[in-house]
Amino acid sequence: MAEPLLSVRDLSVTFPNRSGDVLAVRGVNYDISEGEFFGIVGESGSGKSVSSLAIMGLLPDNAMVTGEIRFGGRNLLELGDRELSHIRGRDIAIVFQDPLSALTPVYTVGDQIAEAVRIHDRSVTRQAAHARAVDLLRIVGIPDAQRRASAFSHEFSGGMRQRVMIAMAIANNPRLIIADEPTTALDVTIQAQILEVLEKAREITGAAVSLITHDLGVIAGHADRVGVMYAGKLVEVGSSHEVFHAPTMPYTIGLLRSVPNIRTAGTQRLVTLAGRPPSLRALPPGCPFADRCPLAIAVCREVEPALVSPSVVGAAAHPAACHRADEIASGAIPRPDVFPVADPIPSAARVPPGTKGVLTVRDLKRHFPLLGGGFLRRPIGTVRAVDGVSFEVAPGRTFALVGESGCGKTTTVLEIMELTKPQEGEILIEGTDVGAIGHLERRSLRADIQMVFQDASAAVDPRLPVGDVIAEPLLAQGVARTERNRRVAELLELVGLEAGMAERYPHEFSGGQRQRIGIARGLATRPKILILDEPVSALDVSVQAGIINLLEDLKADLGLAMVFVAHDLAIVRQIADDVGVMYLGRIIEQGPIAEVFGTPRHPYTQALMSAAPIPDPAIERTRERIVLDGDLPSPAQRIEGCRFRTRCPLYRVLDPDARSLCDRIDPELEPHGDARVACHHVERNSLVVA
Amino acid sequence: MMPELVLAQGEPVEGPTPETPKGRRGSRAAIVWRTLRANPRFWVGGSLLALLILWAIAGPRLWQWRSSDQDTHWLLAPPMPGHWFGTDELGHDVYAQVMSGLGISLTVGFIGGLLATALAAVIGAFAGYVGGAGDAVITWIVNLLLVIPTFFILIICYPFFRGESYWIIALFFGLTGWMITSQVIRSQTRALRNRDFVRAARFMGFPPFSVVRRHIIPNVASLLIVDAALGIGGVILAETTLSIFGFGIQPPAVSLGGLIFDGSSSATTRPWLFMFPGFTLVGILFSLNLLGDALRDAIDPTSGANRG
Repeated sequence: MAEPLLSVRDLSVTFPNRSGDVLAVRGVNYDISEGEFFGIVGESGSGKSVSSLAIMGLLPDNAMVTGEIRFGGRNLLELGDRELSHIRGRDIAIVFQDPLSALTPVYTVGDQIAEAVRIHDRSVTRQAAHARAVDLLRIVGIPDAQRRASAFSHEFSGGMRQRVMIAMAIANNPRLIIADEPTTALDVTIQAQILEVLEKAREITGAAVSLITHDLGVIAGHADRVGVMYAGKLVEVGSSHEVFHAPTMPYTIGLLRSVPNIRTAGTQRLVTLAGRPPSLRALPPGCPFADRCPLAIAVCREVEPALVSPSVVGAAAHPAACHRADEIASGAIPRPDVFPVADPIPSAARVPPGTKGVLTVRDLKRHFPLLGGGFLRRPIGTVRAVDGVSFEVAPGRTFALVGESGCGKTTTVLEIMELTKPQEGEILIEGTDVGAIGHLERRSLRADIQMVFQDASAAVDPRLPVGDVIAEPLLAQGVARTERNRRVAELLELVGLEAGMAERYPHEFSGGQRQRIGIARGLATRPKILILDEPVSALDVSVQAGIINLLEDLKADLGLAMVFVAHDLAIVRQIADDVGVMYLGRIIEQGPIAEVFGTPRHPYTQALMSAAPIPDPAIERTRERIVLDGDLPSPAQRIEGCRFRTRCPLYRVLDPDARSLCDRIDPELEPHGDARVACHHVERNSLVVA
Repeated sequence: MMPELVLAQGEPVEGPTPETPKGRRGSRAAIVWRTLRANPRFWVGGSLLALLILWAIAGPRLWQWRSSDQDTHWLLAPPMPGHWFGTDELGHDVYAQVMSGLGISLTVGFIGGLLATALAAVIGAFAGYVGGAGDAVITWIVNLLLVIPTFFILIICYPFFRGESYWIIALFFGLTGWMITSQVIRSQTRALRNRDFVRAARFMGFPPFSVVRRHIIPNVASLLIVDAALGIGGVILAETTLSIFGFGIQPPAVSLGGLIFDGSSSATTRPWLFMFPGFTLVGILFSLNLLGDALRDAIDPTSGANRG
């Protein structure tokens, strides 16, 4: 076998720290061959980004890096910064997670790409470099590349910026592209586009790609081989088929089962991995996963297992770092039994549809004036953030609002939380119109409706001990101190924390625990309605599952009506009973979850569904996708007729007569099956739904 | 960017914290007080300040000389048994003068410095939190006060409070020293206002005053504490400038600043005139710094000493 393109041997990275060294990467070995698509998956803090930055020599100076990184016959760790600079950007290119901070705001993107070309080859003239930049922008699918090359990075959307980053990465025909969470900050529809661009870039340049992500679905669709990282080590490496269909390390098995799959979600509970990754400062001896592993035996706590192929005769065996890998690989321990089989969700717990709603929203509108930059700041337009949204939520049921960022879903729930008369439309809580009540009634009504925010660390005051955080809504309602203290202890237990934690400050908790604190606060006043704005999107997958399960239990036990805002369709399918798909301030398809996700009728719903990655390489590679063109239009832009027609895949294949209907008339929600769809051409829709 | 990413997951502490007694749950005030009590800086700074205050109040009663007395036998005497801190060129006892000056300076400094910080906090936080027309009016007033020199205001106002006690001087410093800090507080408040925890408090039904008190002020406390500590020292020194121009504290009353200024010209030849009032001022500032640090560590759970 030829020498691999990149060969990483015993790579360790340590960050010295006052309170103990942080062992971020602890002896990682892997190879990437020419043209291979290698995926590295792991949760935050697993060392996946650090190990890749080490290859580029981009770690901070205080990092202690040991081991060997062989690339093109040389050990990169022995090279000086000057020599590394010749390799960086020419032979190895990197695409960062946040393209806004990765691009310089004061140069045009064309200049930046041209600079990337010229810095490695001074013989290229400025004109030639610029022409190459325009070519590259065209390759990565930037419309009107000639003109856009002279635009600045802030004039691009997130997805377009990431395309620019990819253009810059392939400018010198690199042999290896490292993509560090390139799609994490993007919407699913844009994510699908970017991954296609990345594939295309790989085809054109023949480069190998090392894709680092926390999203198993993203890996499943693209990677040839997958490495799973945990606590600074690779714990399993294999072809994506092997890792996804025959995982051998219990961590991988658990991780795969903790992710909801959009096809099967909602039928059974998610598997949760108890506990959390160990601190990389003081690692106990033995396997770092032992404390969370249901298979752990005595030896697991004493000796850390090496990454070796299990000795199984006949069966396909790939390396996994587990003392019991032999048993798992040979089938002596069936994989589904590693984590206790999750109970199916009892259908009795689901409240039947048709119950009278506790929260009713009718034709809600919220428009923001767009002010000019001049002295008088005259309004120059209107942002229709929410433009006629109606829904109803019954006790014990969950209504989900899904859509891309900027579609108005968060504005909708914030508008509800204001509990004042909306610009237009009505908000009713148990039949009470919130626009028609007085100040005191409104304050007591706030006990009935509470909210959980997306970013739990931003949503709790860092200067308040968590006991005070959770007691806050009670204080607002004038509940006495002893009663507050009693309730805080009760709530901490309810969300799976300890009552004794009340005196600690929020920064002492992990992300998942902080979100539990947020939920406890939301439940403090025993509300009838709980509004959740992307409550799990900032969390690691194994932690996500725990929060989702908690919410499901609470909904059943407390008879809560929940409004769940999310962009992750699989999670929505897992938890919601009804769903509304939003696009530019409107709900374009609404109905029971099984109906809407089972037989999506609106082309936008179909596109969203097909863009959502499925953590299964067999499905992911064979399904057909509807990839939407371009980005979400600005909500300030006035689109005549149907708002979706500018990106609609159905519109493109319609005959002119049918199109004119879309051009002229904005479709209303009309009943189709059990759902209601805002599309003129539902019956003509024969787009393939994955 | 990388070290943060790595450190972030090592940061939170697992397991029950050892020092928290089980059962009774303390609210923020109780926890802040407990943290404060456990901090030696609080005790050192607090006792030093208490001693200085006690010295200023009780000292003059126990001393044979008063600050205005002149001992014509000993002019410009170095420290000696009858005059512990020596005497000046008019035979004033420096020890008596330092005690008297300390009392006046502490009063002026504390009233002026704390008033300025309190005004800055309240005005800045409300301007930033409420926004709109109120904010515009406050910003306009602040800008106006900033362009009019405070000295000019003093000259205009001086005839009205000439001969009044030094309390007026203290009020004057309080009322003219809050503008710049208030603008800093205002901009920090505007950033805080859009944070989810402030929004959450609003959705719980807290009126603006409670939100500012519970969430805004504690989150800008580090700045306020530093501002107050610097402000008190600043006012004590600024008062000197006024005295030089014939405003402010006039003989026979003395202030620390005035003593330091008078003594500084002969600091090398007759150091006792300069050193003793100087060290007393350093003592005040040192105790304030220790107290400020301790208070900040108690209020801000993520500040230096708590980071482990």
